[in-house]
Amino acid sequence: MEFEAPAVQLGAIGPEIALVTTALLLLIVDAFIPEGEERWYLAVLATIGFGVAIILAANQWGERELQLARMVAVDNFATFVKTSVAVFAVLTVWLSRDYLKRSEDEESEFYALLLFAAAGMMLMASAADLIMVFLALEIFSISLYVLVGFRRRSLASQESAMKYFLLGAFSSAFFLMGIALVYGATGTTNFYPGGGGEGIAGYLVSSAASDVDLLVLGVGLLIVGLGFKIAAVPFHMWTPDAYQGAPSPITGFMAAGTKFAAVATMLRLFVVVLYPLRADWRPILIAVAIATMLLGSVLAVIQEDVKRLLAYSSIAHAGFVLTGLIAANDRGLSGSLFYLATYGLTVLGAFAVVTVLAGRKERNVTLASYRGLFYERPLLAGALTLFMLSLAGVPLTSGFVGKFLVFGAAIQAGYWWLAVIGMLASVIATFFYLRVLVVMYMQEDDRGLQPAITGRLANSVVGLTAAATLVLGIVWGPLIDLAERATVFFA
Amino acid sequence: MSNFPFLDVVIFLPLAGAFAVGLIPRDNDGALRWTAFAVTLVTFVVSLGLLLNFDSDAAGFQLGTDVRWVKDWGVGYITGIDGISLWMIMLTTFLMPLAVLASWTITTRLKPYFVFLLALETGMLGVFSALDLFLFYVFWEVALIPMYFLIGMWGYANRIYAAVKFFLFTVLGSLLMLVAILFVYFNAGEGATFDYRALLGTPFSPEVQRLLFLGFFAAFAVKVPLVPLHTWLPDAHTEAPTAGSVMLAAVMLKMGAYGLLRFAIPLFPDAAREFVPLVMTLAIIGILYGAAVAVMQKDLKRLVAYSSVAHLGFVVLGMFVGTVEGMSGGILQMINHGLSTGALFLLVGALYDRRHSRLIADFGGLSKSVPVLAGIFLFVALSSLGLPGLNGFVGEFLILLGTWTAYRWWVVPAAFGIVLAAIYLLWAYQRVFHGEPVIEENRVMIDLNLREVSMLAPIMALIVLIGVYPKPFLDTIEPAAERTAQVLKEGSVASRDGAQQLRRHIVAGPLVPVLEED
Repeated sequence: MEFEAPAVQLGAIGPEIALVTTALLLLIVDAFIPEGEERWYLAVLATIGFGVAIILAANQWGERELQLARMVAVDNFATFVKTSVAVFAVLTVWLSRDYLKRSEDEESEFYALLLFAAAGMMLMASAADLIMVFLALEIFSISLYVLVGFRRRSLASQESAMKYFLLGAFSSAFFLMGIALVYGATGTTNFYPGGGGEGIAGYLVSSAASDVDLLVLGVGLLIVGLGFKIAAVPFHMWTPDAYQGAPSPITGFMAAGTKFAAVATMLRLFVVVLYPLRADWRPILIAVAIATMLLGSVLAVIQEDVKRLLAYSSIAHAGFVLTGLIAANDRGLSGSLFYLATYGLTVLGAFAVVTVLAGRKERNVTLASYRGLFYERPLLAGALTLFMLSLAGVPLTSGFVGKFLVFGAAIQAGYWWLAVIGMLASVIATFFYLRVLVVMYMQEDDRGLQPAITGRLANSVVGLTAAATLVLGIVWGPLIDLAERATVFFA
Repeated sequence: MSNFPFLDVVIFLPLAGAFAVGLIPRDNDGALRWTAFAVTLVTFVVSLGLLLNFDSDAAGFQLGTDVRWVKDWGVGYITGIDGISLWMIMLTTFLMPLAVLASWTITTRLKPYFVFLLALETGMLGVFSALDLFLFYVFWEVALIPMYFLIGMWGYANRIYAAVKFFLFTVLGSLLMLVAILFVYFNAGEGATFDYRALLGTPFSPEVQRLLFLGFFAAFAVKVPLVPLHTWLPDAHTEAPTAGSVMLAAVMLKMGAYGLLRFAIPLFPDAAREFVPLVMTLAIIGILYGAAVAVMQKDLKRLVAYSSVAHLGFVVLGMFVGTVEGMSGGILQMINHGLSTGALFLLVGALYDRRHSRLIADFGGLSKSVPVLAGIFLFVALSSLGLPGLNGFVGEFLILLGTWTAYRWWVVPAAFGIVLAAIYLLWAYQRVFHGEPVIEENRVMIDLNLREVSMLAPIMALIVLIGVYPKPFLDTIEPAAERTAQVLKEGSVASRDGAQQLRRHIVAGPLVPVLEED
């Protein structure tokens, strides 16, 4: 029997390969370091790995092709997402360095898992086949399950990892079932036509609309799986627990990276491939978006733990970014990309502040422990203020521009009422961001904040993300320009 | 000198000053205070350049800048002023040094205090100068943040509640405005731009106009405030530190009234005309309700706060009657209210500094121990209640005149508001300053010092000036007021001709081609 092996162009997944190689290298190097020795070069090695990945990804800018048996798309869109994820990951590494030193946890495994997770997220961005999406999803999910439970001595961390894992496995099953149904309906898992198959996109163009019932059912299950990853209501149950229990740097990375990767897949899948089917998926996603925006905002109001508060805030933001996806137009695509890139930096910054202040064993994570922060650590409080204002969507921060762009896209598409609902949710959300400011500025500290152990690296992460939040809120032209050029898909 | 960018310098000078203050060591109280004072004073001096270079006869917007900010999205840094914005800017720059003087009594955390106060000035000046909807929204929100901190950090006992309420009310309104702005942006036929001048005359259908007007109205009505959206005001004004109350009442409320004039009415004239009865009703309810509630107040500062609700009711009434007299009176009354109420808050602040109380019952017989304070208080109260010869009379008279020409008997309930104003102000004056001092502290109270007199004297001078010779003010206000009143009366974007005419009204002269490459 003749068997034609697919042409393998490994360059297509060069960034991912770089990350995985670095991860393996890390584990090997670590084995040869004597116990108790300073391990700063592990972080350096991880940083180099991400640097190489960024360079390789940036090199793919401008290309438009399908590689690896038409399963991986190399296009500007993927490049934009990959670069952003790598930047998030590098910041997480720098932040974790101080964190791990403080908590005396294993560094090499931590970085290796982070590299694997980032590789999965990157692969997700360029996946052009449902099987590849699933593969990528599992690569980063399994890494994250372990990372969430990385605080081995903390019961809360163990519990949250278990919850995240069980619910995550459950949602993966839904996703897999969705793939099966889509395959049953269309006879393919490939996104784009070509190479002898018509792909899902081709199927939708060619076949009569009467045949799509099974496909819609499958798509619904895909929404369940992806909705879980972006923490959309009603698939959000794991979020507060996982966010609270995970090591703070990882929480930040999950909020930034997972959301970006999963929404990127949704953008490619829904706005590009399933565009003809939008009359079917739009109502579902509108309902999900409204529930997500409102529930996330309302539940955040009553939180006393900063990490839980940010978890609900991240749920609300999933809803906000979905409005850009629902718009399903050019502005919505570029707006969502801008939103996720800047949201990632802001939320990483917020968790960087949380990390710095949390202290050993993450005790100081309640709102009460932030009392009078402005008078003890004015710069740190100033940075957190900036992040809160950005998350609340106040002008001159990147968060405002992001909201402006996605709601603008929704209005352009005729969904002005969805924007109004989003704005009302924003007002509710503003309330709990203000609560953080009230605590930091307007309440006197009565106990004296424990001096947090901070390293220069963690502080520099706070500084960099704060600068990005401010600069991208004022000079947002170049980034939105890039995001617009990143909406060139392989299609 | 005419090429000197007065407007942009005026807007950003306070922000630069905020950075300068940020560099001063935090325990150097003297340097912090004097730097802030110097910055605001220089800003005022530079803003006099606006006054001198302003051409009352030229129509349209002057002294502005037009540069692209984000080209692909049609966002521009576009500024410019007409007779309305000119006086709002002058009012702001004039009162700011006085507010800094009033802040001499602040003794804690001076550095962030002055940083916020100066940033606030830039935000407010930007609101009055922006001619790009995106830019306007940015300044609108940016002005909110420093005020939130000023109330929340340096306010009185209930400050946190007041600050959060203030913020949330404003944000609710402004986010609805943002949706409306985006809708305008995407549906104005001419192409994607936020340039106010280009968007004027966009022919939206009546239904769409109605919704868009309500979107803008939500933001402005909260800020003015119109009853029933006023509930944040008594709390915010009462809890804010003196300088905060002054800027809130004198300038920030005007942002709402200014927004109605500049954006809500000219952009959606048909809807605005449709809503005239509703807005007028709300304005009159505000006049009567604000005054009636002010009569009952036991807290002197709360009394002044509620009097603002009544006065702003007058302002909005004048704006919406659609006559030149009403419109000019409304705009002049914005200045008047800024001066009188600003001065009243300064005086109440001075009383609080002496007795650490704002309750009317804690005072009494003060005219013996503090004759200067009592005299100035009476003077300002008379100005506020509209005594002929002082500024308040001119504004209120014009508003009532304008209302009478257009709506006849609507003038009766409005005039009744003036009577109530006399009651609450004079009664409060009587209880605080007349009689024999019963409480010992009141007998030995120290009179106004030089600093306090010098922050009140300029205001009093202007009160008299506008009262006896309002002509220079009205001369600059009237052309702009006439254009806007005309729009409200007959401007319509329903027809193509109407739209063109409307644009000529406001922009006057050839429209700057806004979509050109830079």
